Amino acid sequence: MNGKKRSWTGVIAVSVAVALSLTACAPGAGSAPAESSGPVSKDVAGAGDVTLTVWDQNTDEGITDAQEKLNAAFSAKYPNVKIDRVTQSFADLKTTLKLALSGDNPPDVVQANQGYPDMGAFVQGGLIRSLNDYDGLYDWSSYYPESLLKINSFSADGKTWQGDNLYGISQTGEVVGIYYNKKILTQLGVEAPTSLDELEKDMAAAKAAGILPMAYGDIEKSPGIHLFGVVQAAIAGSDAVNKLVTGADGAWTDDASVTAAKTIQDWSSKGYITEGANGVSRDDALAQFEAGQSAFYIVGTWKQAAISEAMGDDAGFTTLIPKGADSPVTTGGEGLAWAVTTGSKHPDVAAAYIDFINNADAAKTFIDENSLPSVIPADYTPKPGLESDVFDTYGKVTSSGGLVPYLDYSTPTFYDTLTSAVQQLTDKQVTPEAFTEILQKDYSGFVGSK
Amino acid sequence: MTVTTRLRSGETRPAGAAPSRARRRRVASLKAFLYVAPALAFSLIFLIVPTLQTAWYSLYDWNGLSVATWAGVQNYIDIVQDEQLRDSFMHVGVLVVFYSFLPIAIALLLTMVISRAHALRGMSFFRTVLFLPQVIASVVIATTWLSIYSPNGLLNTLLRAIGLDSLTRVWLGDFNTALVSVGFVGTWLNVGLCLVLFLSGVGNVQPELFEAARLDGASGLQEFFGITLPALRGQITVALTLTVVSSLKTFDLVYITTRGGPGNSTSVPAFEAYNRAFNSGQVGSAASVAVVLTIGILLITALIGRLQPKDTE
Repeated sequence: MNGKKRSWTGVIAVSVAVALSLTACAPGAGSAPAESSGPVSKDVAGAGDVTLTVWDQNTDEGITDAQEKLNAAFSAKYPNVKIDRVTQSFADLKTTLKLALSGDNPPDVVQANQGYPDMGAFVQGGLIRSLNDYDGLYDWSSYYPESLLKINSFSADGKTWQGDNLYGISQTGEVVGIYYNKKILTQLGVEAPTSLDELEKDMAAAKAAGILPMAYGDIEKSPGIHLFGVVQAAIAGSDAVNKLVTGADGAWTDDASVTAAKTIQDWSSKGYITEGANGVSRDDALAQFEAGQSAFYIVGTWKQAAISEAMGDDAGFTTLIPKGADSPVTTGGEGLAWAVTTGSKHPDVAAAYIDFINNADAAKTFIDENSLPSVIPADYTPKPGLESDVFDTYGKVTSSGGLVPYLDYSTPTFYDTLTSAVQQLTDKQVTPEAFTEILQKDYSGFVGSK
Repeated sequence: MTVTTRLRSGETRPAGAAPSRARRRRVASLKAFLYVAPALAFSLIFLIVPTLQTAWYSLYDWNGLSVATWAGVQNYIDIVQDEQLRDSFMHVGVLVVFYSFLPIAIALLLTMVISRAHALRGMSFFRTVLFLPQVIASVVIATTWLSIYSPNGLLNTLLRAIGLDSLTRVWLGDFNTALVSVGFVGTWLNVGLCLVLFLSGVGNVQPELFEAARLDGASGLQEFFGITLPALRGQITVALTLTVVSSLKTFDLVYITTRGGPGNSTSVPAFEAYNRAFNSGQVGSAASVAVVLTIGILLITALIGRLQPKDTE
């Protein structure tokens, strides 16, 4: 009995010693690999046999086919390079990428989500390298519009988003907007809305005619970001929202955000959006819209292929112009950024690879697969119908600076804070004022600590 | 420490000298140690070290990537002060009622009925059906209930069919019903387990006892409280331990059905720990939640263990 006890104290003592030696200093210290700062080159063929490990989340049909084609073309061009593609869903990538990057053997190329929670944390941890030197070689700055480059940029310490260092480039464009059912709008005798007032009038007409104005399902919590983002952008305008999300200026309790919250709660009270949306899945709501049971549905351009297939010429896409502005302002940006890790032993090959899969030829591959590229080739005329709506809107929004970032980029915890607050807002658990205070509490804590 | 001294004394033993009795015992204990060494190494590497590491992380403010900053016990203070974390522990308290107390009460009631109907036909069939939820993967269970609770799901359809339209609602999306709805899945899940445990316990009671009670004119209720319940004390303890622990570490049901929503109304500590560690970059806070949860489970299990009758085992 006594011996048993003694050996246990021994075990505990040894394990404490082991654990302490493992964690002698603060967690995370000394784990980041040193950034290589040697000269950069475009030379791929001379790099010898290279296996490039690539982590992406291009799982959607069409996009994954485009990615496979591009990978095959790159290997055909450079037979000495073998691409080891690891692909997983966005949610899985978000949870596993941090662990992979901080391990001893990180992938060479990864798709990093923009904003503070992901890209900011990676830059801060020294896990992805600045691409400024490769930008000099491949001249991405003149290919991409300024607004898209900014989204993929951070300060060198990772603390200021849209800083001086470019950390990635993106393949696809994204705009969140309002899909509408042309048949229903014609039946109601209204035009596609281009402002918040028009949208509300159209929704009132639909409600009066016994048609659900807007299908909305929020059980997954993320659609709340799109709903609030679209309304807030149409009220506050692009400058105010950009400054707010980047932490430059403003507060979530500002009038525009309170009005946006009031508007959404009002829609919920009037039955403009699906009742009990917190228990309805995003896919069910979309199915409702596609079946012609609602006039509107808010989602991003990444659903273009699916909606077009389900509804054909009956579907349209629009974005809202704020009062006093002359071009639309809405949530959007670009697909995840293709970044090169600091741990990569072949940064030259990695940079050549991301250039190859993001350049103008790659954009054509994406269009062939019914997806919106981040930069639409100047000589391309979109097919009439939904594709033309989507491509034109994207062109208008990006060229006029009407793009506002996804609101969850604001702070590392903002995704949780915002999505759960929107659920409370639509279910009238909180007043619009209290809703904005919840957001501001998270925001001021983060901005204050920077 | 004692392990290393023992090793050293073994090495310095003069060659050829007859080992004293004490030394022989030490050698024997060293041998014993070698036998358990593989298992010990395994649990050291995969259980004890990670546990201690988690405790260590919980004292830091860390996003999982950059260098952490010392936070002391701030993460633990936050568990009490942060409304979201505090609520998650409250929610799990509610879930204990649904995962543990309710199933045990229902299973006892069923035991009382079933044990009196000795020759119930097809008993083994019903027992299998009731135990089935325990065998099905929890992801399948959660997905099934997601469909049952959906706006046009089985539950609402049933309510409409019997004219209770006013009661229909989006069960998992309603702030008032989401937690209870998740809890009820746990009740459904655990009744079978408890019932099978209790029935096997009743099977061990000598039939003469029941016969004697009946000859003395005991009612069903008296029989239950006089014989069945005391005989089941051991099984009830086991059922309590299993179900309370399963409720405290609930993750899968919440992850699949609600992701903690609507708002935070169904968030639980295990979900918060996962979400903070892997999604929102609050590794220190996640670790502190995990530590508190572990200690809570250990304490509660020890308390329940005290109910175990001393004579058995």
